[in-house]
Amino acid sequence: MFSGRVKFIAGGLLVLAAVVYLIASSTSASAEYFLTVDELLAEGADIAGRNLRVSGAVIGDTIQYDPETLSLTFEVAHVPGDNAEIESLGGLAFVLHEAVTDPTRARLAVAYNGPLPDLLRDEAQAIMTGRLGEDGVFYAEELLLKCPTKYEEAVPEQVEGN
Amino acid sequence: MIPDFGLGILAMAFIVSLFAVGAAIYGETAHKPRWVESARRAMLLTFPLVTLAALLLIYLLVSGRYDVEYVYSVTNNAMPSYLKVTALWGGQPGSLLFWAWLLAAFASAVTLRKWERDREFLPWVVVVASVTLAFFLALIIFFENPFARLWQTVDGVAAYTFQPANSLLVTPADGNGLNPLLRHPGMIIHPPMLYLGFVSFVIPFAFAFAALITGRSDDRWIRITRRWTLWAWLFLSLGLALGARWAYDVLGWGGYWGWDPVEIAALMPWLTGTAFLHSVIIQEKRGLLKQWNMMLIILTYDLVIFGTFLTRSGVLSSVHAFAQSAIGPMFFAFIGLTLVSSVALLIWRWPSLKAEVEMKSMLSREALFLLNNLLFIGILVVCFWGVIFPLISELATGQKVTFGPPFYERATAPLFGALMALMAIAPLSAWGHSTVRTLGRAIWKPAVIALAAPLATLAFGITNPVALTGFYLVGLVVTVTIYEFWRGARARQSAHQEGFLTALWTLAGRNRRRYGGYIIHIAMALMAIGILGIEVFQTETQKSLGVGESIELAGYTVHYDSLAQFAHTDGRWVTRAEVSIFKDGVFLQTLAPRYDVYPDGQPMTIAGVRSTLADDLYVLLVNWESVSASQAPFKVYHNPLVNWLWIGSAIFILGTIIAAWPEKERTATAGK
Repeated sequence: MFSGRVKFIAGGLLVLAAVVYLIASSTSASAEYFLTVDELLAEGADIAGRNLRVSGAVIGDTIQYDPETLSLTFEVAHVPGDNAEIESLGGLAFVLHEAVTDPTRARLAVAYNGPLPDLLRDEAQAIMTGRLGEDGVFYAEELLLKCPTKYEEAVPEQVEGN
Repeated sequence: MIPDFGLGILAMAFIVSLFAVGAAIYGETAHKPRWVESARRAMLLTFPLVTLAALLLIYLLVSGRYDVEYVYSVTNNAMPSYLKVTALWGGQPGSLLFWAWLLAAFASAVTLRKWERDREFLPWVVVVASVTLAFFLALIIFFENPFARLWQTVDGVAAYTFQPANSLLVTPADGNGLNPLLRHPGMIIHPPMLYLGFVSFVIPFAFAFAALITGRSDDRWIRITRRWTLWAWLFLSLGLALGARWAYDVLGWGGYWGWDPVEIAALMPWLTGTAFLHSVIIQEKRGLLKQWNMMLIILTYDLVIFGTFLTRSGVLSSVHAFAQSAIGPMFFAFIGLTLVSSVALLIWRWPSLKAEVEMKSMLSREALFLLNNLLFIGILVVCFWGVIFPLISELATGQKVTFGPPFYERATAPLFGALMALMAIAPLSAWGHSTVRTLGRAIWKPAVIALAAPLATLAFGITNPVALTGFYLVGLVVTVTIYEFWRGARARQSAHQEGFLTALWTLAGRNRRRYGGYIIHIAMALMAIGILGIEVFQTETQKSLGVGESIELAGYTVHYDSLAQFAHTDGRWVTRAEVSIFKDGVFLQTLAPRYDVYPDGQPMTIAGVRSTLADDLYVLLVNWESVSASQAPFKVYHNPLVNWLWIGSAIFILGTIIAAWPEKERTATAGK
């Protein structure tokens, strides 16, 4: 028989190994790679089929929605992926506005199936989870939207002085 | 005037708490008890000071002083007064003030206790509480001043603590108002409950720190703080449950828990706290795991600070991270400082915290408790990895990675399953020594009875292995736990010649922690039913309907009857559909899913829910505005068994209250 101490150390190592295995296998199976539109287009076919998360500025004119089939397509323009960079460029609202109005920005076509989300509108930030199709369209399974005007808004332009 | 006064009061509280730290350390090291007493009184003084500051802010909120930036950002004229009061924790600066206020309250309560036997702990408890308080007050005063006002300068309007040169005070006529998503009753009490839980854990940590520094290796610090820990855990659990319920009611995605970093931030101290609650029992009963308990409470304290930071810094973008600010480096510095100093103390005292006996049997109760602890820490590591790996990956390779719910579900499900199995086995094992034979003899009957659960599941035609395993474990936990109650009551019945119910009542009353704990185990099993139901069996469908059309899901028919649009008195524009629910052709009830748009453009989707013990039918009317009057898109979720999650949560809270309820002074009767 093993001595008590060895048994306990072996048991502890077993639990540790199980946790490490669970983390490693879940990481490789479920991690989502966050890319900007520029990065995504640069990678091209190499990343088709991987779990991706892409952020971009919604271009309002391109939103097409069929309420019968609930199929939704729109285009997003490239925005930087880094929050600090966005802040240094003048804040999210400004960056999104720039991205939408700049015709030279890279754009990505997105397809999504589901009800038109509450916040999908021009100059919203879309964060999409899904895969890139062979046809270059991003098939989103999940669609998160952020409008930079919601909370902790900057001070209004019109105020009453005293 | 009032804003300046409020800031001044906070500055005084900050100075007083710094004084308390200095006086306590000096008084203790120079053996001058009068200085320690002075530190204690300083600690007591912080409570009225911070209370006054908080009351001033509440006064500003209620009276609509929109020249104060915080008031402007979280309230508006349309909000009722009670919501204006709760706006105290509606934004970052106010939340930090609320945190500091709770801490001042708890620290004062603790300094008022009778210290006779534990006098040597006092200065160090004051030091830990005061350092933490001073840190939060400094954040408020120097970085997140809730009393800052709006000033118009040549550069525009911005918030300043002091009037800048050549500026005019700006008083907007109305404020921004609290985000409507946060105006739900669950969301009004959810943050204070979480904060109560977070802050209460500071007290056990303070005593642990004091025990380390004074070199008391006994379990006195654990006995003093046992009840604090339980209440902290109760509030944290309640906060998590209310948050889940809020998400289910208001966020309209058909779920209750999204493995959002902020949710995980609140879960992590709960995990270490739960491990701690179990392992202190081993120290009390067997004198084992002393070093481990120290590590757990240190970890819990720093996870509390880390959790406050994650919720409040906006470092990770998530639905909760409404606030963004520059206080991140401060938090990291503070976490680093407290972690390094407590771990250094622990290493210094390591030899004196050796176990009094050796753990021998792998199946003894204490060994199974240790395994429970390892599993909780395993889940913690998964969570921590999920939160931190994206940051590491970005720093190391520049590649941004995120983890969604599938990662956490996949990695934690086996660990939660193992915990369920332990809940069934551990109560049957003996202290000190158990073998496969003794344990097998105790468990075989419940193990057979519990087979009824998966067999019943099979009878419904369900063969999903996760569900079958899960329901078996649920059955096993419930059977074993009820058996434990029965066994204890029968033993008491024969020993005291009492009726069975009397015996059961006195038994639970005399061992509140144990039987409260068993009730919590049953509650966990019931919650597991709800979680399995929604994780394994949730189905959804969506369709755009014209009036008179219907949609089908899981045997239900949702028939679209009518639609109404009207302005609510508070300014909301409400779009309300009425749908009839049929099952197998039989009319059940009418539901009214709703879609509200607030004056600031913020939409809110309120589901119409038919909730029974068997399942929830969760009907959403989605994004009305883009659709013509005759067509409305609906999304329908079928959430089997989810109600058991809420029932389990309620029983869970009840069990915790039973465990935490003060026991009668037994010494008084023992003396007769």
